[in-house]
Amino acid sequence: MSLMKNILATSALSLSLGLASFASAQDYQPDPNAKPGGNIIVTYKDDVATLDPAIGYDWQNWSMIKSVFDGLMDYVPGTTELRPGLAESYEISDDGTTFTFKLRKGVKFHNGREMTAEDVKYSLDRVTTPATQSPGAGFFGSIKGYDAMADGSATSLEGVTVVDPYTVKIELSRPDATFLHVMALNFASVVPKEAVDEYGTDFGKHPVGTGAFKLSDWTIGQQLVFEKNADYWRSGVPYLDSITFEVGQEPIVALLRLQQGEVDVPGDGIPPAKFNEVMDNPDEAKRVVVGGQLHTGYITLNVQMEPFDKVEVRQAMNMAINKDRIVQMINGRATPANQPLPPSMPGYTKDYEGYPFDQEKAKQMLADAGYPDGFETELYVMNTDPNPRIAQAIQQDLSQIGVKVDIKALAQANVIEAGGTPKTAPMIWSGGMAWIADFPDPSNFYGPILGCAGAVEGGWNWSWYCNEELDAMATEADSITDPAKQEERLQKWSDVYMKVMEDAPWVPVFNENRYTMKSGRMGGADALYVDPVSIPVNYDYVYVTE
Amino acid sequence: MLAYLIRRLIQAALILLGVSFITFFLLFVLPADPVRQIAGRSATPETVANIRHQLGLDQPFIVQYWHYLTGLVQGDMGRSYLQKTEVATLIAARLPATLLLMLGAIVAELIMGLTLGIVAAIRRGGALDQSLMITSFVAVSAPQFVIGLLLLYVFAVKLSWFPIGGYGSFSNLVLPALTLGIMGSGWYSRMMRSSMIDVLRSDYIRTARAKGLRRFRVLALHAMPNAILPIIAMIGIDIGIFMSGIVVVESVFGWPGIGQLAWQAIQRVDIPIIMGVTLVSACAIVLGNLLADLITPFIDPRIKLR
Repeated sequence: MSLMKNILATSALSLSLGLASFASAQDYQPDPNAKPGGNIIVTYKDDVATLDPAIGYDWQNWSMIKSVFDGLMDYVPGTTELRPGLAESYEISDDGTTFTFKLRKGVKFHNGREMTAEDVKYSLDRVTTPATQSPGAGFFGSIKGYDAMADGSATSLEGVTVVDPYTVKIELSRPDATFLHVMALNFASVVPKEAVDEYGTDFGKHPVGTGAFKLSDWTIGQQLVFEKNADYWRSGVPYLDSITFEVGQEPIVALLRLQQGEVDVPGDGIPPAKFNEVMDNPDEAKRVVVGGQLHTGYITLNVQMEPFDKVEVRQAMNMAINKDRIVQMINGRATPANQPLPPSMPGYTKDYEGYPFDQEKAKQMLADAGYPDGFETELYVMNTDPNPRIAQAIQQDLSQIGVKVDIKALAQANVIEAGGTPKTAPMIWSGGMAWIADFPDPSNFYGPILGCAGAVEGGWNWSWYCNEELDAMATEADSITDPAKQEERLQKWSDVYMKVMEDAPWVPVFNENRYTMKSGRMGGADALYVDPVSIPVNYDYVYVTE
Repeated sequence: MLAYLIRRLIQAALILLGVSFITFFLLFVLPADPVRQIAGRSATPETVANIRHQLGLDQPFIVQYWHYLTGLVQGDMGRSYLQKTEVATLIAARLPATLLLMLGAIVAELIMGLTLGIVAAIRRGGALDQSLMITSFVAVSAPQFVIGLLLLYVFAVKLSWFPIGGYGSFSNLVLPALTLGIMGSGWYSRMMRSSMIDVLRSDYIRTARAKGLRRFRVLALHAMPNAILPIIAMIGIDIGIFMSGIVVVESVFGWPGIGQLAWQAIQRVDIPIIMGVTLVSACAIVLGNLLADLITPFIDPRIKLR
């Protein structure tokens, strides 16, 4: 048995992942202008729910947790390129089911103790045990022994073995090409057992990790202060001495304070009502960084409900919506989409033209499908701006082909509930709840939202589309674990999504862009401010210039 | 008096029980599943089922309610579904801010309302009176969200007299307290005006004037104390009105009180927090009303509590 050896692993893997930026396959180059020191102020409207990496799963605490904790794998700052984190190197067996990670030596938790392989095992056991109630437990489904953890018959993952204090071996029950991405998720962060035992369920308010920052103060409802971890195992970073997160601030108030120089990064972004004003002002516009985002906004068509059970009707819907106008309505903060994957995702089909915007033809197709006079239906939508306005645009477009749409604008939780209840919501506009990838891999846009596994009560496949042939193709694609065959794997995924478009359970509408505003004194490459993994900002690498 | 108090306290307990039942029931029938909020979008069905079971949300309504109630009487308000922290801790951390804001609002509305009311009463029927009463009408009707943003824009952004939101010093308190108090000041100015007009018509004021006291002395020492008395009793009732206002005002000014907590919890169907804040608010309203009733006989000896 030969092993593919991967020391400082990125080059082979990233070359094969096929993104343009991967061609250079370099780890992060330190910024020559970076100066250590200083404090920045970041604001948020909502208080931070938790900093427990096994629990936290919203875009607000996601990047905060990344700065307090580390996992075995990580991403090169500002990119979607994997790099080793707490693991120094790793080996993958030929059949792709055994991963052996060599850990870095001398990495210390914030409490001063050295991190070892036992901690890695403990952390994976903790996140998969039902008592933790981790929303991310399912990501670890390919590890051998996961099922026994999930049903409570085991207290430790059979597939995770401590070989020696600096080596951990993870065996999978099936090949999983996404496994290294899974090990880079926050849920796979390494936590010290003694700290979890000490604080119990309050660990999320007293986090102890190995990350670049440690929590030094948390005044509930007011602020969190992160302080630089002087012993951080990556040398030279972080640059900032501290970060103050002020919570409870309306986005509009945060923007006013930024304009007065009191805030460095408004975490909730530029409020829609102020967007044009900011972008029309050259002084302010130059402090806005624009980037892509692994996001697609789409309309689901419930294939179990008439008349969306007919593929012609679904295709007609795809031709009837004026996506350019919807993008205009949100001040051009997005790009029209023609397929489920966003353009920056590996596996995106570049030469696909999508359905044309052709209402005449759409009308004809409806007539051919037996609906010459159109039909009546309902569109569920989340009730926060701009989603009801977008729903109205959709309503107008569909009225052009004789489809009369009744808009149901509800709170987020209610829309999610309706989507997961059989034969309830014929159409849903995904805005405000839309899929943003957990990790930059095409498989992440399939299983829960387009695969059969998600087409269940309480699932997220709101079009209830289940094509077993595609599920088989997806499984096949994800068993290609050889990095050398990555192109083949991505082609398979591209084929899957093209077949999805033929069956048209969705109308992909747009891919949102990200707009991060910062104060004039913030330094660091623009890519750090639209980091695909750390939203809004990669805190470990930005710095202040004064 | 004691019997009255005991009866009122029993009534209060029953009201709170009713509030808890209704809120719990409404949250139960709400077509939104808290477990799916906790589990997130990538959770497998077994993760969802596990969480549901651990939180006891797979139990029938009456069992869930009973569990909640038995916990509550032992002082356990449960743990937040999403934050995992004890609800009592979260509320305790935020309650002082809300109480401070309410106190500030009471002071603000009394100063504004009483002054305007007295001035209007003295200038009764004149242009000043009428414009003041129109202003007070606007103050009562204007949405707090608009008033808050307006004050913030003018006094914090344009004039920089006060900080833009935040918490911690007196200057942080002024604008949110004004915003919350402005509605009440509209009511108070109208009540103070009519109360003052009543008093000014009474015999003892005429006597005071007739014996040659100066006008200011009559107003300040004879009329005002008597006119204010009926208004003091209203303050208890204000607490209930404030409870509905704090959600908006705390949100606009970034005031770290329980209103913000409630708002965030409602978005995410975090039932233990919603229950906790609702019950604390209901307590405040019930106690406020009780206080108002208890004060009344001291102000007006003609009223007896039975």
